Amino acid sequence: MPKLTLDDLRKIQEKSRRMTMLREGAGKAKITVHMGTCGIAAGARDIMVAFLDEIEKKDAKDVIITTSGCAGLCSREPMATVELAGQAPVKYVDLTPEKARTIFTDHVLKGKIVMEYALALGSERTF
Amino acid sequence: MQDLSLHILDIVENSITAGAKHVEIAITEDLEKDSLSIEIMDDGKGMDKSFVKKATSPFVSTRTERRVGFGLSLLAQAARMSNGSLTIHSEPYRGTKVKAVFQYSHIDRQPLGNIGDTLLTLIVGNPHVEFVYRHQRGVREFNLCSRDLRVRLEDLLVVSPQGLRSLREKLKQDFH
Repeated sequence: MPKLTLDDLRKIQEKSRRMTMLREGAGKAKITVHMGTCGIAAGARDIMVAFLDEIEKKDAKDVIITTSGCAGLCSREPMATVELAGQAPVKYVDLTPEKARTIFTDHVLKGKIVMEYALALGSERTF
Repeated sequence: MQDLSLHILDIVENSITAGAKHVEIAITEDLEKDSLSIEIMDDGKGMDKSFVKKATSPFVSTRTERRVGFGLSLLAQAARMSNGSLTIHSEPYRGTKVKAVFQYSHIDRQPLGNIGDTLLTLIVGNPHVEFVYRHQRGVREFNLCSRDLRVRLEDLLVVSPQGLRSLREKLKQDFH
C-alpha cells in the first residue's frame, strides 16, 4: 500500500468538507431550475445554461445549482427558486436568460431580491 | 418541444424521477438507412405492462405517477410525424428503455438541437447520477461518460467555475 502523505490527508479533508457542506445545504446560495415537461418546453434549459454561464464568468463559488420537476404553475414557466442561506426561498416566474442573469447578479451575489420578477414574497397566513 | 435535444432532456428527467442512478443516451445517425434513432436506458424503478401500454397517452397522466405525462406522448408524436415510431421496454425494478426512430430526411423531423446544453444541464443538475452518452454518425463516434469526469464532478456538487469550464470544453468536442 502506498504511503499516505500529509498532502493526501489534506485532500481528503477538503473533499469531505465539501460533501458535508452540500449535505447540510450550507452553500451560500441554492438555485433550483424547474425542469418538468412544461418548464423544458418553455425554455428552462436556457435558464440553466444562463445561470451556469454566470457562475463561470463571475467565478462564483459555493453556489449549488440543481433541477426539480413541475411546480404546478405551468403557465408561468420557466421558473427558478433562489434560496440564500438562512433566508426564505424566492420563486421567480416567466424567466428569460436575461432575467436570470439579473437575478444572479442582484439576488445570488448581492442578496437583493429582484421584486419585479418574483412571484410573491412572504409566506401565507392561516388566520 | 422545439428539437430532439429537449425531448431527450425531458425523457431523462423522467428516468431521474424514477430513481435512476445510471442513464445511457445513444444517438445513431444512419444516413444509408435514412434513419435517426435515440435510445434512453435507465435503471430506475420501471413500469409494469399495463402502464407501458398507456404511457404514451397524454390523458393517462396521474399526478402521483410521474413516469407518465406529456413527455413521452410528445416524443411519440414527434416520431410519428416523421415516419418513425416509439417503443418502450420496461419491467418493474429493472429499468426502462425508450427508443425513438425517425426518418432522417423527413421534412417534419425535428433537428437534433443543442445536445451539449442538455448534457450539461443533466450532469450539473444531477451529480449523483452517472450518464453515458454515445453519438454515432456513420463511422464517426463520440463518447462521454460522466464517471470519467468524476474528480471534476465532485467540484460540481457545489459548482466550481473551473469544473464547469472543463465540462463545457469536453462537450464542445461532439460533432454537430
